Amino acid sequence: MTEFLQQLVNGLALGAVYALIALGYTMVYGVLRFINFAHSEVFMAGAFAGYFLARLIPTGSVVGGLLVLAGAMLICALLGVLIEKLAYRPLRGRSTLTALITAIGVSLLLQNLGQRIFGPNPRSFPVLFPLHYFHLGGVVLSSAQLILFAVTAVLLLGLRHVVMKTRIGTAMRALSFNPVAASLVGINNDRVISFTFALGSALAAAGGILYASSYPSIDPLMGTLPGLKAFVAAVLGGIGNIPGAALGGVVLGLVETLVVALGGSTYRDAVAFAVLILILLFRPNGLLGRLQTEKV
Amino acid sequence: MSIKSSRILCAAVAGVWLALAACSGGDNIGAAGSTIRIGEFASLTGKEAAFGQSSHKGTQLAIDEINAAGGLLGKQIEFIYEDNRSTPGESATIAKKLITRDKVVALLGEVASGRSLEAAPIAQSNGIPMISPSSTNPKVTETGDYIFRVCFTDPFQGKLLAEFARKSLKAGKAAVFSDVSAPYSMGLAQYFREPFAASGGQIVSEQKYTGGDKDFKAQLTAIKATRPDVIFVPGYYTDAGLIVAQARQLGITVPLFGGDGWEAPELLQIAGSALEGTYYSTHFSAENSDPKVQQFVAAFRAKYNGETPDAMAALGYDSAMVLADAIRRAGTTEGAKLRDAIAATSGYQGVTGKTTLDAARNATKPAVVITVRDGQFKYLETVNP
Repeated sequence: MTEFLQQLVNGLALGAVYALIALGYTMVYGVLRFINFAHSEVFMAGAFAGYFLARLIPTGSVVGGLLVLAGAMLICALLGVLIEKLAYRPLRGRSTLTALITAIGVSLLLQNLGQRIFGPNPRSFPVLFPLHYFHLGGVVLSSAQLILFAVTAVLLLGLRHVVMKTRIGTAMRALSFNPVAASLVGINNDRVISFTFALGSALAAAGGILYASSYPSIDPLMGTLPGLKAFVAAVLGGIGNIPGAALGGVVLGLVETLVVALGGSTYRDAVAFAVLILILLFRPNGLLGRLQTEKV
Repeated sequence: MSIKSSRILCAAVAGVWLALAACSGGDNIGAAGSTIRIGEFASLTGKEAAFGQSSHKGTQLAIDEINAAGGLLGKQIEFIYEDNRSTPGESATIAKKLITRDKVVALLGEVASGRSLEAAPIAQSNGIPMISPSSTNPKVTETGDYIFRVCFTDPFQGKLLAEFARKSLKAGKAAVFSDVSAPYSMGLAQYFREPFAASGGQIVSEQKYTGGDKDFKAQLTAIKATRPDVIFVPGYYTDAGLIVAQARQLGITVPLFGGDGWEAPELLQIAGSALEGTYYSTHFSAENSDPKVQQFVAAFRAKYNGETPDAMAALGYDSAMVLADAIRRAGTTEGAKLRDAIAATSGYQGVTGKTTLDAARNATKPAVVITVRDGQFKYLETVNP
């Protein structure tokens, strides 16, 4: 029983990171109807931003850790806006396939730039938050995991608030329903789209830092697999749907962990992608895909 | 342009290209020219870069020393090396390039058994001797009679670790956590399992991961539930570091130990204080008081800003020295004769101990066990074959 509970904690921690990355995919899809494959590289850039910021800001305290987190989110928000401006905006109005292929190109470009700038060797990620272990019965919870859950929950609720309650959130939803109508009623589409990219990229940076805090070895190719998994999570939850992305991330994290726990460790990636195929075959709208009004 | 004139142009271009190729071909005959060309394929960047860099630095030091002492057979050595970025698939291409284009007389490499296994068939089919500095998987030299190694093999290392776990760590129950993507790890796990079970130990849990994974908590939680006395992790340092750190996070306090794949400063950086009370076996200790070893350590520190050589550096050095010794004895760099000379290596005193190549082209030599204490690698004991 303790073993099962511990696996549940492990799975939830993994799922929380997938959820954070999946939110970025789903928001951009919701507004622009295209998959931003460069998102997983923004996740990597977030981890590296945290790595370098940790040298400037004294870490090991909650405040220092949160400062690094905020700094990295800001840097990646700018990176996201820049990517959108340089790569996607000139192609706006072309077919989504063009944008999709461009996104793959940007992703490869960033991966190779990362290898060029940071070098391809793995680096060990510093300890940002104070480390404590809590023993609840036989189950061990680390402070890193608690912070991961807390930050994910806060960001999720914050995002929901932004999308549902603020003017810019209303504009995002309007744009997602009908871009032409939105611009007719005076919404500046470019600004809203920039904002969407900034928000999604900041979440990816948070994901990158929390991931690197839990698994402290970072390299320029670290984003590929978690990025793909998060994409699966977004589709699983219903792409374009914010609570769906969070749910998909958690479900995928749990499924992966349980597969390993049951002895199928070599199949963990295969199972994750099998989930994608199954969901596309049997429920292409995803778990929460029906709730059209929730779309952003 | 008419079709006819474009054909003439094509022919002209082809002619010039052939002429150029013929000219450069003349320069490329390494052995017959003014230098002896030796090639190396190494993981200078990527996942196992700490190993590749160390090994490469050792080899480079050996080549520099040989050249400074007048070279081989009256010629200087030209050392040509290429990086395979620690990725699969590159080593074969590099081996082909080094042999066919650069015309090297022998190949040195690799630290990882998986990548040595890629290049070995190419060296074998071209009749070019290859010496691996530190690939311990037995399959490497089984490829053919042109493939050698200057380190011990995994059956020896596995047996020694099994004995170490049984006697020194007094372990009755062991868990094995190995990397399915690395022949090195799978081999070492297998060679540990048999002697451990034969000496009365019990393997209570077998878990697997894929090299490059970051999350090992699910497997470690399953291992923890079986309550082993020790956990054997026969992987490479990047993964091993994360595994040790996550094991401690889950409240696993039993000793973890591994093979020579653990030895890199990066292990300490990744896992930090979690490493206290872990062990690994390796080929060399810079704390050895043998004058030959101390001379090598001093030369290495002088060349590389005070860096202390590790086992990979020492084996990289020995691989080049064993090759040089064989070239001197053979008096030629012709493939088959050089192969016979390497095979005849007996009692060569290297920095990693006395090297004698057996009929299976493997070296038999002692191993050392290292532990981590106060954030540093500490020599524990030497085990003779």
